[in-house]
Amino acid sequence: MKCIEKEVVIIGGGPAGLAAGIALYRSGITDVLIVEREDTLGGILRQCIHDGFGMERFGETLSGPEYAQRFVDEAMQLGVPYLTNTTVLEVSGDKQITTVSPAGMRCYQAKAIVFAMGCRERTRGALGIPGERPAGVFTAGVAQSYINLNNKMMAKEVVILGSGDIGMIMARRLTLEGAHVNAVFETQPYPSGLPRNLQQCLNDYQIPLYLSHTVTAIHGDSRLTGVTVSRVDEAFQVIPDTEQRYPCDTLILSVGLIPENELSVACGVLLDSRTKGAFVDENYQTELPGTFAAGNVLQVHDLVDFVSQEAERLATGVEQYITSGSLPQCPIFIRAQSKISHTIPQSVSGTRDVVLSLRVRRPHSNCTITVRQNGRVIASKKMKKALPAEMIQFTVPQKNMEKCGDWQVGVE
Amino acid sequence: MEQEYDILIVGGGVVGSAIARELSRYCARVGVLEKNRDVCMETSGRNSGVLHGGFAYDTGTLKARFCVEGNQEFDHVAAELGVPFQRTGKLLVGSTQKEREQLQRTREQGIQNGAQGLCFVEDEALHAMVPQVVGKFALLCRSSGILDPFLYTIALAENAALNGVKYHFGAEVTAIHRADGVYHLQTVVGKFSSRWVINSAGLGCGAISAMLGLPEYKVVGSKGTYIILDKCTGPLLPLPVYPVPSNTYMGVHVTPTVDGNVIVGPDAETVSLADCPDYGVSQAHMDFLAQSASALWPCIHKADYIRNYCGILPKWVDEAGVIQDFKIEANPAAPNTVNLVGMESPALTAALPIARYVVRLLAAQETLVPNDAFNPVRKPIVRFAGQTKGKQAQLVEENANYGELICRCEKVTKAELIEAIHNPLGVDTMVGIKYRTRAMMGRCQGGYCQTRMAEMILAEKNKALTDLLYARDGSNLFTERVKK
Repeated sequence: MKCIEKEVVIIGGGPAGLAAGIALYRSGITDVLIVEREDTLGGILRQCIHDGFGMERFGETLSGPEYAQRFVDEAMQLGVPYLTNTTVLEVSGDKQITTVSPAGMRCYQAKAIVFAMGCRERTRGALGIPGERPAGVFTAGVAQSYINLNNKMMAKEVVILGSGDIGMIMARRLTLEGAHVNAVFETQPYPSGLPRNLQQCLNDYQIPLYLSHTVTAIHGDSRLTGVTVSRVDEAFQVIPDTEQRYPCDTLILSVGLIPENELSVACGVLLDSRTKGAFVDENYQTELPGTFAAGNVLQVHDLVDFVSQEAERLATGVEQYITSGSLPQCPIFIRAQSKISHTIPQSVSGTRDVVLSLRVRRPHSNCTITVRQNGRVIASKKMKKALPAEMIQFTVPQKNMEKCGDWQVGVE
Repeated sequence: MEQEYDILIVGGGVVGSAIARELSRYCARVGVLEKNRDVCMETSGRNSGVLHGGFAYDTGTLKARFCVEGNQEFDHVAAELGVPFQRTGKLLVGSTQKEREQLQRTREQGIQNGAQGLCFVEDEALHAMVPQVVGKFALLCRSSGILDPFLYTIALAENAALNGVKYHFGAEVTAIHRADGVYHLQTVVGKFSSRWVINSAGLGCGAISAMLGLPEYKVVGSKGTYIILDKCTGPLLPLPVYPVPSNTYMGVHVTPTVDGNVIVGPDAETVSLADCPDYGVSQAHMDFLAQSASALWPCIHKADYIRNYCGILPKWVDEAGVIQDFKIEANPAAPNTVNLVGMESPALTAALPIARYVVRLLAAQETLVPNDAFNPVRKPIVRFAGQTKGKQAQLVEENANYGELICRCEKVTKAELIEAIHNPLGVDTMVGIKYRTRAMMGRCQGGYCQTRMAEMILAEKNKALTDLLYARDGSNLFTERVKK
């Protein structure tokens, strides 16, 4: 197979891939190609028909498809090249990409690759929830796809495990479609999703949320007949004699998202065990030069607006890589201290402003997120409330940076 | 209306389907009554997927004899029926002098049974084979292997069906009586009659045996739990690794699958077979498996779990609870029957030798005329995954549906799914299509493909939304359209 040469191949036509493609095209890098496996662009947003997208980016609230369409329209107007119904089978370390579509197998040789594959949902099997294996156990995203994209309703009596955003949004969606949502159970002692979803999706519909609870058994040999729920202690261990059985025909799982990095790992990209995404520098370049990552494949976001912005910052780095052939070294590492779960990027050059994204491990109130270099605070953000559900972002200005010395990011 | 057969087989697991396939070599009206919606929904699909060597059974038993026979012919069988199979060998790993002596006894028994390729490997050689294994030496059985238990059972059944055997699904037998030399079988989907009845009902063998008026064999269940690990673990385990077996139990082991996953298990818990099988997995069992298998192969991490399951083996036991051999009888107390009791491990390995034995018992009383049209070859669905890029390109060129990936984890294409949906047995449940293609079996467990699979089954089979089953009767996935 002869390889077709491309300056940049973008894997994934969701919000990250679209934003990166548009930004690259606008910057003059027009020999790009977005490869999307679905038959339309837009990624997971296509099934997110609720509103609340776009406040950061457009200053108005849009539905997922509306938000995606703005980018699709822009890409079309510009003429950003893309392929749909095309799956990437393999990426090699020397940046060859093998694709398949009904039109055939193709090979592309890229100068730079953008990983924008998004994430997938953690499953029952990955959690190891005990019990039988009846029909009626769905991850929240699958249920959302069945209802919103496939016109198929699957539930009458529902229990939801996990208070992630999709779980809460599905609690509302299922209620609106006539199902009865008994309750949402959350293993953590605090909600996993955004406060606004807690209010708009659960409280407004009188759906109870039980914290520090988990599903300890699934019942039914054909269709689900019920679940057993138990309380857990601070160490997430089940507290004996707290079992309660809830009859239901549907269990929705909203128990976490995992960046989908099979292609990146296979070609030699190193992952950060905390984010399950690549280690990246301030240009969103992974440790494999010329490959970049942004969006949910890099770190799971709570707002798509931040995904778009992250992909646009990535595009700046890719453009520089294409035009100059390399990017500045980033020898300064960013160390997350114990109260911070991770940061993006994980390394910087010290030569330019950097947008830092991070999450706290547990909720804090009236705190300051600080970035220290050689003992000195070089950036900080005061927060009334810092929640694990909300990604925190702020800029670290170049003028405060020193040329060497790792950064320490902490909560004070 | 009764449906008439010459021979009815009760139970379409691997043994029942092997019998059906071997009987399809002859001119007879053969039917299979299967209570589930597919052929490998119970013990045949819920096991380690190992082709056993035949060393673990008392010399002179049917288990030993048929296991060795089944092992030795399996390269040919797998090729003929298009079943994924690898003769990987298998290790029984020990550390102490006592364990070495036990393994020496196992080896001697194996040699007496006719098992092939049994030899000891010492420390260095052992760790060259499986670097992470914990142990000082091992008994290697080179002739052991791994196979896809779903596809083996399906292949036997499909080959039988294509040679004229009729499968009836959802046909749980509730009563049997005999009048004028003909058996009448009452099932939940209607009445059947036949001159011959073969009981290969697996977990239900005791109940069917009693319905035939044969002795009430004491059959207990041995329930084993398994955990399936992500394919990232596959390269660490090139062959099955077992501990030193006791007399009655092989111990928790780790087994690679033909598709590159690793399965951990089983434990063994005695359960009653009086009620419907309970395939529930408990936390305690999963924790026990991870703990005990880690002592043998410390590569088990919860982050790699993708699924868990249980299987139940029907064990025929005597009054003292001692496990007996396979019981395969043409008992004159019930004329024109072949009764199979306690078809537990190694029945997967031994299925075809068992089937031929059953045919011989039947042929002793009945003239069987060879079926000249019999074709022993079953063509498998050609998979896209695992082919060379050249072959993949050719597949897409010949059939554009090979260019559309439906299952991203296992790289299953639309072409394979369409072929599977139109399988010769007419199975159209989600799990049935999963077993035939591996869609939904990967690390995302159907997160990406299941909505597409559901739509494809409905469209290809022109089915009503509310009739789509996940696996068993009553497992309907959908309640209604969201928008009419």
